[in-house]
Amino acid sequence: MTATLQTASPRKSTGASISIDAVSKKYGDNTVLEAVDLDIRAGEFLTLLGASGSGKSTLLNIIAGFIRPNSGTVKVDGRDITSLPPHKRGFGMVFQHYALFPHMSVADNVAFPLKRQKVAKNEIRTRVAEALEMVELGHLGNRRPAELSGGQQQRVALARAIVFRPRVLLMDEPLGALDKLLREQLQLEIRRLHQEMGITFVFVTHDQDEALMMSDRIALLRNGRIVQLGTPEQLYAEPNCRYSAEFVGASNIFTGTIQANGFIDDADGQHYRIPEGADRDGRSLMIRPERLHIATETAFVPESMNRVEAIVEDCIYLGSSRTVQLRTPAGRRLLARTDVPRVPDGVVPGARVHAYWDVHDSRVLD
Amino acid sequence: MTKILTRTGLAVLAALIGVYLILPILIVVPMSFSDSSFLSFPPEKLSLRWFRNLVDDPVWLESAWASLKVALASSVCSVVLGVLAALALVRGRIPFRNTIIAVLLAPLIVPYVIIGLAAYIAFLQLGLTQTTLGFVLVHTCLAVPYVVINVVAGLVAVDRRLEMAAMSLGAGPVTTFFQVTLPLILPSVLAGGLFAFFTSWDEVVTAIFLSGPEVTTLPVQMWSGIRVQIDPTVAAISTLVLLVVFGSFLILGLTRLIRRLARRRVTGPATNTGA
Amino acid sequence: MTTVATDSSMDTMQGRPRPLRLPQWLRFDGWGALVLPLLLFLILIFVAPLVVMLSRSLTDPSLGLQNYRDLFANSVYLRVLGNTFLIATIVTAVTLALAYPYAYLMTLVGPTWRMIMLGLVLVPFWTSILVRSFALVLFLRDTGAFNATLQSLGVIDEPIPLIRTLPGVVFGMVQVALPFAVLPIFATMQNIDRRLLLAAESLGARPSGAFWRIFVPLSAPGVAAGLLLTFIQALGYYITPALLGGPKNMMIGELIVQQVSSVLRFGFAAALATLLLVTTLLLLLVASRFVDLQKHLMRQT
Repeated sequence: MTATLQTASPRKSTGASISIDAVSKKYGDNTVLEAVDLDIRAGEFLTLLGASGSGKSTLLNIIAGFIRPNSGTVKVDGRDITSLPPHKRGFGMVFQHYALFPHMSVADNVAFPLKRQKVAKNEIRTRVAEALEMVELGHLGNRRPAELSGGQQQRVALARAIVFRPRVLLMDEPLGALDKLLREQLQLEIRRLHQEMGITFVFVTHDQDEALMMSDRIALLRNGRIVQLGTPEQLYAEPNCRYSAEFVGASNIFTGTIQANGFIDDADGQHYRIPEGADRDGRSLMIRPERLHIATETAFVPESMNRVEAIVEDCIYLGSSRTVQLRTPAGRRLLARTDVPRVPDGVVPGARVHAYWDVHDSRVLD
Repeated sequence: MTKILTRTGLAVLAALIGVYLILPILIVVPMSFSDSSFLSFPPEKLSLRWFRNLVDDPVWLESAWASLKVALASSVCSVVLGVLAALALVRGRIPFRNTIIAVLLAPLIVPYVIIGLAAYIAFLQLGLTQTTLGFVLVHTCLAVPYVVINVVAGLVAVDRRLEMAAMSLGAGPVTTFFQVTLPLILPSVLAGGLFAFFTSWDEVVTAIFLSGPEVTTLPVQMWSGIRVQIDPTVAAISTLVLLVVFGSFLILGLTRLIRRLARRRVTGPATNTGA
Repeated sequence: MTTVATDSSMDTMQGRPRPLRLPQWLRFDGWGALVLPLLLFLILIFVAPLVVMLSRSLTDPSLGLQNYRDLFANSVYLRVLGNTFLIATIVTAVTLALAYPYAYLMTLVGPTWRMIMLGLVLVPFWTSILVRSFALVLFLRDTGAFNATLQSLGVIDEPIPLIRTLPGVVFGMVQVALPFAVLPIFATMQNIDRRLLLAAESLGARPSGAFWRIFVPLSAPGVAAGLLLTFIQALGYYITPALLGGPKNMMIGELIVQQVSSVLRFGFAAALATLLLVTTLLLLLVASRFVDLQKHLMRQT
């Protein structure tokens, strides 16, 4: 399904690095971004992830030049562009609702940036054809945007944003308006585009699955601040705070305090061992569901593991995995996830079981 | 039962009102074909003599030409000033916004008698009465609110992100306006321009103040053809004017309809699972 | 060089030159400044002459309020003023009485009929006021269609004098005012949820009761807007009352023109016009407290 690119391959342009320094944005009393620092490496796929109101779209628009920050600078390859108007920045941009010009054909839409650059007419024709081929829409050049489906329109928007060989591509929740199947298809396509083009992609989304799947690095935003910046693996396996742990992936959280010998659960006073070097000021203990195991007999639980008794509330079969919902006597709800068929017999709703985990699989967080 | 009675009563009343609304057209058009110079009703003999008089008598042609010049110039000025103002209202920050909007729309509310008198007194000293320029200046004031209202409505419907997209693709603000915004608001601009044209073309009250032997517009010529004694040529002009006005709005409506139909025919099945 | 952008406004669409160097409260941004050409044009051509006219009323023929004293001291002029208000009131009442049922029926019929009814209302907008008034003269005069038809049907023996009478003037002015009243009333009626009436009926109200107690009050804002627009406009009519009315029905518009063209009393005419303008503006001020005029004029739905 992927197009062969040997004949139509555009010269791979190297991406630009973007450096955001102490950028703040306020609207009246409302602070949307607070002293944000972020270094986006040349050629990487960086995702700005966050809930609505986290400031991710505002940050993207500041990079694009549509919003002026109250303070701070934006630099591209070391050059300060904070006051540069958007039409001089040369970044490609893709929007959630495509923003295709309805009064122009698909080909004219894609040709638009090339005309602005005063490219010669026949070169425009070839490059438009190339770009449309790259998104597998070569045959639709003469149609109007209104005649295309949502997925097709978004591909045209992509073609239009890359045809003029920008060094940076900005994407503002581009897949939000599409249905699940289409979204997954386009996620793979965008990833492929990134690998082929080698330019810097800055991607905004609220969908953590999407972020994990597509990014080289993720910046998680909350209330105008970057809470954590790292690779998908780092965000998933090594969240630095409770918000990150809960936003990216499912998690089991025990609240309590750290005392001399370990973690004491607030709810029932239970004691759990903690990894070495854990933060003594931590107030929560986090275990990912796939690291939480279930045993029907206490005898089956290895000595070195932390354990807690629980009652099975529900077993949810999801095809490639099984999720078990548990509840401790103290009222804590836990989630255990395994690939079938490793769930032991006896794990049925109502059963009394033991949930256990390796100390090193847990993390102490704020 | 009472519902049916009231409904029928309403329908009869509405029918009468409908006739009342279009009464002038029902009267003037047949009468303009009457042969008698007394325009008796019903017209006994039919002829085109009053239409011929229009062409023969230079007075009518001159005033029509003056009206045309003024209307064209006023509508062009109204469109330029009005589109700029509409852009400012929808996209920009304006101090004392409500006061400024009140000033922009004031010509719609202030009686034309007052505007005419004020313009006459002020222009007399400037030597602008009985000049095409004077007419154009006043008529632009009267017409521009219609342009502003129409274009604002059209602009509000344009998605800002289209303009943002254009800018991200290298188009500066001016290029974005001409390449993206203007094509999208063109129907509103044209509608406003048409309103402006006919506002000027038909305008009689301020024209009475500003007219004289040097420059007279068609409505003023018609006015003198009614005030003193009925000149039947006025009926002929009215019919022609009605034809032109209706014709242009009809054409405007038809072109919109045709464009909409044409677009629909080309659309194939639009599904959301397309590749 | 690190630059600090200190513009704290809610701005997008960068790419415009810096705003004018004015104090913050007076500041336009790039886009906002586009209103200045039209604003300056209107101030020069529309507002300034009005000021000139006002000052003329206070300076011609002598400095002071002489013109206004003449106006209010003379019973002839006072009668004209009284007439103006009287006719405007009658026209407004008749217009409302016709516009309301017409608009109501528009909400009851199907879409095709509604379009036809709306079309009929819009037709007058496209016919010049001169043509309309002229046609009504032809219609109402002694040898006109109205009298001729009634005579041929044997209803009357002699033509009824309608030109240069109050009924004639009202007939003509209502014809002009009707569209302006129907539109806002219809717009408000369209927004009334018919289910409220059904609910009332299900609770025991008679259909007529539901209509008068629920529908009518809910339609009041549109009616108020229509009422005010009609009255304010009717005060300033010139063409229609001049053609259809006699000396006894003279309204202020015609008086103004007469003073300028026949008697050349510019100052006095200016005083009359100023009075009319002030009255119009006052009425608008009162109206704006009850009705959102901007919304009705711009109709940005």
